[in-house]
Amino acid sequence: MEKWYLMTTVVLIGLTVRWTVSLNSYSGAGKPPMFGDYEAQRHWQEITFNLPVKQWYFNSSDNNLQYWGLDYPPLTAYHSLLCAYVAKFINPDWIALHTSRGYESQAHKLFMRTTVLIADLLIYIPAVVLYCCCLKEISTKKKIANALCILLYPGLILIDYGHFQYNSVSLGFALWGVLGVSCDWDLLGSLAFCLAINYKQMELYHSLPFFCFLLGKCFKKGLKGKGFVLLVKLACTVVASFILCWLPFFTEGEQTLQVLRRLFPVDRGLFEDKVANIWCSFNVLLKIKDILPRHIQLIMSFCFTFLSLLPACIKLILQPSSKGFKFTLVSCALSFFLFSFQVHEKSILLVSLPVCLVLSDIPFMSTWFLLVSTFSMLPLLLKDELLMPSVVTTMAFFIACVTSFSIFEKTSEEELQLKSFSISVRTYLPCFTFLSRIIQYLFLISVITMVLLTLMTVTLDPPQKLPDLFSVLVCFVSCLNFLFFLVYFNIIIMWDSKNGRNQKKIS
Amino acid sequence: MAALTIAAGTGNWFSALALGVTLLKCLLIPTYHSTDFEVHRNWLAITHSLPISQWYYEATSEWTLDYPPFFAWFEYILSHVAKYFDQEMLNVHNLNYSSSRTLLFQRFSVIFTDTLFVYAVHECCKCIGGKKVGKELTEKPKFILSVLLLWNFGLLIVDHIHFQYNGFLFGLMLLSIARLFQKRHMEGAFLFAVLLHFKHIYLYVAPAYGVYLLRSYCFTANRPDGSIRWNSFSFVRFISLGLVVFLISALSLGPFLALNQLPQVFSRLFPFKRGLCHAYWAPNFWALYNALDKVLSVIGLKLKFLDPNKIPKASMKVQFQHTVLPSVTPWQRLYAQLIAILPSIFCLWFKPQGPRGFLRCLILCALSSFMFGWHVHEKAILLAILPMSEHFELPIKILLMLLFTIYSISSLKTLFRKEKPLFNWMETFYLLGLGPLEVCCEFVFPLTSWKLKYPFIPLLLTSVYCALGITYAWFKLYVSVLIDPPIGKTKKQ
Repeated sequence: MEKWYLMTTVVLIGLTVRWTVSLNSYSGAGKPPMFGDYEAQRHWQEITFNLPVKQWYFNSSDNNLQYWGLDYPPLTAYHSLLCAYVAKFINPDWIALHTSRGYESQAHKLFMRTTVLIADLLIYIPAVVLYCCCLKEISTKKKIANALCILLYPGLILIDYGHFQYNSVSLGFALWGVLGVSCDWDLLGSLAFCLAINYKQMELYHSLPFFCFLLGKCFKKGLKGKGFVLLVKLACTVVASFILCWLPFFTEGEQTLQVLRRLFPVDRGLFEDKVANIWCSFNVLLKIKDILPRHIQLIMSFCFTFLSLLPACIKLILQPSSKGFKFTLVSCALSFFLFSFQVHEKSILLVSLPVCLVLSDIPFMSTWFLLVSTFSMLPLLLKDELLMPSVVTTMAFFIACVTSFSIFEKTSEEELQLKSFSISVRTYLPCFTFLSRIIQYLFLISVITMVLLTLMTVTLDPPQKLPDLFSVLVCFVSCLNFLFFLVYFNIIIMWDSKNGRNQKKIS
Repeated sequence: MAALTIAAGTGNWFSALALGVTLLKCLLIPTYHSTDFEVHRNWLAITHSLPISQWYYEATSEWTLDYPPFFAWFEYILSHVAKYFDQEMLNVHNLNYSSSRTLLFQRFSVIFTDTLFVYAVHECCKCIGGKKVGKELTEKPKFILSVLLLWNFGLLIVDHIHFQYNGFLFGLMLLSIARLFQKRHMEGAFLFAVLLHFKHIYLYVAPAYGVYLLRSYCFTANRPDGSIRWNSFSFVRFISLGLVVFLISALSLGPFLALNQLPQVFSRLFPFKRGLCHAYWAPNFWALYNALDKVLSVIGLKLKFLDPNKIPKASMKVQFQHTVLPSVTPWQRLYAQLIAILPSIFCLWFKPQGPRGFLRCLILCALSSFMFGWHVHEKAILLAILPMSEHFELPIKILLMLLFTIYSISSLKTLFRKEKPLFNWMETFYLLGLGPLEVCCEFVFPLTSWKLKYPFIPLLLTSVYCALGITYAWFKLYVSVLIDPPIGKTKKQ
């Protein structure tokens, strides 16, 4: 593409913002005995380097699972091992068994931050650049602006480079998966997505849309001919990639079971801490976590999750399209976030990634959602002393979106993709003409509430009787916003008439 | 919604650029800062806690007040805001005090005063004509100039990482240049006079201002062939310019004249005898001169022309005693600077080309003064020690530099030379060589055995290499200015 230098500039801006955020504090900095996610990652390097594979997921005198035991799939463990080898070369004290617990120093921080940057640079950022370049029907300038907005999304930057995690790896692999599958490189796409799942099990939130889309493609090609061949090939790819990743753990049944037990801690309850999903918000009114027995909670969350995502998935199987795929990714991930079991507030990033992908289709709603998603993590970010970078990156993101997409001029029904929906409603209610007005007012209310809550949380002290008042309020308000978005995205999917007519086109 | 649209700027690119860079500056708040941070904290304390009569005598800290009075007043005003952040920083005896609130206040003061710089850039953009309407935004000269000025990586690194107040000072200078372009000469002169009393280093470009104002403002008309018409001299204009300069100087130095402190003030502003022991070579003519001297002395030693006992040991210390080439005194350096700027001044006088010619002369004055000035920076010794915190900021500096370089090369190429490359093969080779040089100095050298014996080698290499480039650029610029026809076609700038 002719404007390569502008794209390079955009990537450099993204990298600069990332590295400046990484100058700040990280999760659990200077807070013994448990510290935080940063110490967890360091500890995993220690475990994977010093212990044999068979002991990584098991409780032993050398590996106390209560102190940040491994609870991600094997790829995370391999990545930690790789980082550990580099750490050994620079300073073995960082990963010495037992003695390196709670190790903190500027040099170590520099090393850890560098590992995040390198992983990001190798996996996530190229995927974003390639995705933006492959977008159809928009000008080069808009593609570059799109890349800038995606790279400036504050949520991912603050969690990966502030709090400290490696979400860019799993999200990057998932994005490669989306790219592959959208461009009809189904096998490569599935392979990439399997790698994503094997890096973080939360990527399973995206698995249903992938499954439905590929299944739909197979149906389209005819189950008696090419479709069947594709189905078999995909199944083989998936199985092969899983076997490859889990090879050391397939030797014994006990190994596999233990890993699964670590990945899916079903006895930890419906939710932990404050998270902006239905169960936590409902718990404010009625303490369902304590009232209902554990297995009922499981069944209830399972039912709600699948009921809410079923319509979109069925539509995707029947009418597979690239656009439908992206929107179904959003709605499925959002359903899982709102209704699923043991959801953490950081899982909102799994919804944010697909929303970033539809930024060019519905800029106004996407920007709104991405702002709310960053806001929903406010309590976590404040705990990590990331207030300044949060505010600054959110404002930068907002300015980038406003100037790139002129989002406030794109609030008509047509541009919000709600035209077919409002036409259907108008057959029953002829006076339903003010949909876009309502949405604009809702946006205003939402933003004002978020700003007010942020100010209150930062400046005021909560009352003594309700020490978690502000966190709960943040979660509650975010949850309401997310419910609205769930309804909105499902409406778009179900009322999307374009694909109904053109059944021949896949993308 | 309409109000929000207007408030959001509806794609007003200048506001977006200015806001964007301000947010980036906010992100740079937690970076390390150099001793300049303590310098300015000290000056806040001095101006706040002590009466005027003590300002230029106070010497509790080694960082004494050595800027003209207007800057001292500026610090005084800032100190009245500072007391709401942290009262302790205003105590003269709190040396090296840097609480988080102090840091926040200082950083925000730089970011806030940069508003003047943003305004000045906006005024400069107005002076550039947009030749073709309907051209894409990223190719318009206004856009490119705004980006190159607002997102200038050198300014970002020096002001917002190391910590200085260059932003608003450059803003004053840019504003005065813009006023001269807009033919508002009195305002331009006024602004420059004010600037001089903020930071006297701008005296280097005062000749350009003086000659231009005299030639193109006081002499109101030219003869048809472009030479001076002596009878068009306007006494009114000359007197009013003089009055402006005099009044501002009176405002600035008046109080100190009344207190009989002028000699002390001047000794602080122009410390000719600076018995410093640490320095680094600015990449200018003297770097090459010193390097040549060193090379000749090494050769001389090998060929047994020189007595080894008379050679001073290589070290970080300055007051570089030249062994082969003649030593240069401060006065001789001053003469060299004056001689270097003379040709450009003559050019401005005999071949005036309006504001554009003035701008070129200003650049040449500044560059020539740099080429032959003796620059001493005490802070550079810290670079040899390389604290860990500097390693953290290194990627930021590299990223910002790459960002700026890639953007400026590609956008300038779009503006000026669509088919030919921007640099010829020699220049390209030289610029590319900066990469390996930096890698050697930052990464390879610390791992070698020479680190302890000759710790100054990375600085020396960087200085000499950059000096070559800067000398080449200076030479090329000078030649282009001298050779240009007197009333040439207006080239795109």
